[in-house]
Amino acid sequence: MNSNTIYLDNSATTKPLPEVMQTFLQVNELYYANPASIHEAGVEANALLMRAREQIANIVRTEAKDVIFTAGGTESNNFAIFGTAQANVHKGKHIITTKIEHPSVLEAVKILAQQGFEVDYLSVNEAGVISLDELRSKVRKDTILVSIMHVNNEMGAIQPIQDAAKIIHEQSRAIFHVDAVQSFGKIPVQFNDQNGPDLITISGHKIHALKGSGALIFRKKLTIAPYIVGGGQEFGLRSGTVAVPQAVALAKASRIAVEAMAEKTLQYEKWYKDLHLFLRNFGSNIHLLSSEAGAAHIISFSVKELKGEILINALQKHGIIVSTSSACSSKQTTTSHVVEALNIAPSFKKGVLRLSFGAQTIDAHIEQFKTIFSDIMCDLKGENK
Amino acid sequence: MTTIYLDHAATTPMLKEVLVEMTAAMETVYGNASSIHTAGREARKALDEARAILAKQLGATANDIILTSGGTEADNMAIFGVAYARKHEGKHIITTEIEHHAVLHACEKLERQGFKVTYLPVDETGRVAVSAVEKALTADTILVTVMYGNNEVGTLQPIEEIGELLKHHPATFHTDAVQAFGLEKIEVEKLQVDLLSASSHKIGGPKGIGLLYAKAGTKMDSLIYGGSQEKKRRAGTENIPAAVGFAKAAQLMAEAQPKTRKAYEQYKAILIEEFTQAGIEFTVNGNEEHMLPHVFNVTLPGTDVESFLVNLDMAGVFVSSGSACTAGSIDPSHVLVAMYGKDSAALRSSIRFSFGQGLNEELVRDAGKRTVNIVKRLT
Ligand SMILES: Cc1ncc(COP(=O)(O)O)c(C=O)c1O
Ligand SMILES: Cc1ncc(COP(=O)(O)O)c(C=O)c1O
Repeated sequence: MNSNTIYLDNSATTKPLPEVMQTFLQVNELYYANPASIHEAGVEANALLMRAREQIANIVRTEAKDVIFTAGGTESNNFAIFGTAQANVHKGKHIITTKIEHPSVLEAVKILAQQGFEVDYLSVNEAGVISLDELRSKVRKDTILVSIMHVNNEMGAIQPIQDAAKIIHEQSRAIFHVDAVQSFGKIPVQFNDQNGPDLITISGHKIHALKGSGALIFRKKLTIAPYIVGGGQEFGLRSGTVAVPQAVALAKASRIAVEAMAEKTLQYEKWYKDLHLFLRNFGSNIHLLSSEAGAAHIISFSVKELKGEILINALQKHGIIVSTSSACSSKQTTTSHVVEALNIAPSFKKGVLRLSFGAQTIDAHIEQFKTIFSDIMCDLKGENK
Repeated sequence: MTTIYLDHAATTPMLKEVLVEMTAAMETVYGNASSIHTAGREARKALDEARAILAKQLGATANDIILTSGGTEADNMAIFGVAYARKHEGKHIITTEIEHHAVLHACEKLERQGFKVTYLPVDETGRVAVSAVEKALTADTILVTVMYGNNEVGTLQPIEEIGELLKHHPATFHTDAVQAFGLEKIEVEKLQVDLLSASSHKIGGPKGIGLLYAKAGTKMDSLIYGGSQEKKRRAGTENIPAAVGFAKAAQLMAEAQPKTRKAYEQYKAILIEEFTQAGIEFTVNGNEEHMLPHVFNVTLPGTDVESFLVNLDMAGVFVSSGSACTAGSIDPSHVLVAMYGKDSAALRSSIRFSFGQGLNEELVRDAGKRTVNIVKRLT
């Protein structure tokens, strides 16, 4: 990519930070051995791996042995869902999730539904937030799994995880899984005994670590079946030679993100408010999908009677990279399931744009976006006349 | 003291050129390949190129290459994928006793779900008989999975012959070529396999990426569900830098193949020479005629693998007892058990040397001498 590119698509993926890349390269050169090998080189690699585990465990407040490295958010979500369902099927076959989850949750529960599990999908309000009352009414004695994302990837809504956890744990023995791929490193993500989740998914490439790295993190030992089986790595829960360099890079990126969180949050909030005001100037031509109660690093809006692709291309001509609602669904011509769940006016369904900030975003990027976007809107209006 | 890494079958260091290409990819094509903007398109292009290179190594087309997180995932995907997609046609699976645990444990899990699995025995050289596969086949057989080359002793299996046999049977044919990919010339059409697993970290590529070759039309469910990446066969944001690195490693290994083969044969000869000259007792495990070039498994009677490995480790010789995979424990190798029976003394006194980049004859000879010293001390 051109170095002048203004990359505002950090929720799709991020560029690894130079110091994270450095770590990755170093580990590859010096500690390339298989951490399962019992010779010294293996032992050293394993020590590094354990330290990476510990660092991530500290951030989310659990123990090192409860951090299971995976190949990313998708695998972690699949592991959480299939693993829980398989190991707890004797307790019940009821699963609860929401209508706005990432496809790696929705597609997994769909498979389970085909296998005879019963799935309830919670609705969301205009701000993309679930209703605790609805959750309360749906949790049953035979509910074995509840999977609710923390921050929505398409429009940034934050779900009331702690409150949901209380309800779930009071009313059932269900395992509560939280897809924290979009929140980890941006807003606090932590276990909190009975008042929090049991399982948390994180992904490396959303926080300036490497693609193909992630973790499923446990509050404590749970009944869950491994999903990928073989050599019995990761305490028997995830087989396959562990990619130590990626794991160490993930820990490093996590630490950097958490240390910078307060400062970044202020920045993101400033840009969010700024853009919010800016977009409001377009009056009824623009509908904001994101609400101010949502995560500050994602701002999602829609331009009336327009296709998102047109805007993306126009911005791109000026070196600005944004996306339609999500990378996974951006090639599909149908409306995203999240946009459908938000229940917005049909005229706004096609023109959704998402801006997402990251560690490398600066003030000038936001200013440049505003300038170019205004020009584009002017041009488009001209054409419409 | 220089340490000598002779555990390349467990994992390899990344090749320099691979590191360089991967780093460049991380810096320049960091977009999400599924995004429609330029950043995404550039990423997609890099991914397509990597896939084409990988396909070429197998004589396959790019469409038939599914990128996974490694060999284990590829094996799991092949086995669960075929079993679930074809369970209405039959529930019988054929494999061997010497497969990697990524295959064996997947099969065992299927057994618990009502599938029937035949584990074929091997001879003393670690080779399965084609006639045994033939005998085990039933109308109910939906999958035959036999590894290409064994990771512990290096024996190659008669994949092409099994492929020929299965031409007249509807069972899907999978081979775990994790140890062979990059080291052996593999042509999927010649082998007549439907599915083939490979892994990057065994050939100087990055860890955390592998592939499953799946012949067009092979009936198979997915393992990882979510976004529509990998033509809906394997979800998860595409790992482009790793794919680029994997492709580079595969290409370099293919180019170097004749040279490496010669070098590794020489390494084996050197070790044998050192052992012979020192007058220590040893036998080489595996099949003389059908062997992976980089694996050299020997039994050194009178040694005990645990203390032997500790001593080798202290002497800076990094080898293994066979499989690195069983997370730290030295259980008797299931491969040696299959070859020699569970009471054989060889189970307690065999070690694996495995070769890769960065070695030379002097280093190997040095390792041989250090090994000899320890053997003399211990026996
Ligand atoms: C909320 C959410 N969950 C899961 C994922 C999947 O993560 P990965 O791309 O690491 O597979 C993503 C991103 O694609 C996401 O935004
Ligand atoms: C023959 C064989 N199959 C499968 C695997 C698993 O591959 P990976 O480590 O990439 O998961 C290995 C290596 O561990 C192997 O040697």
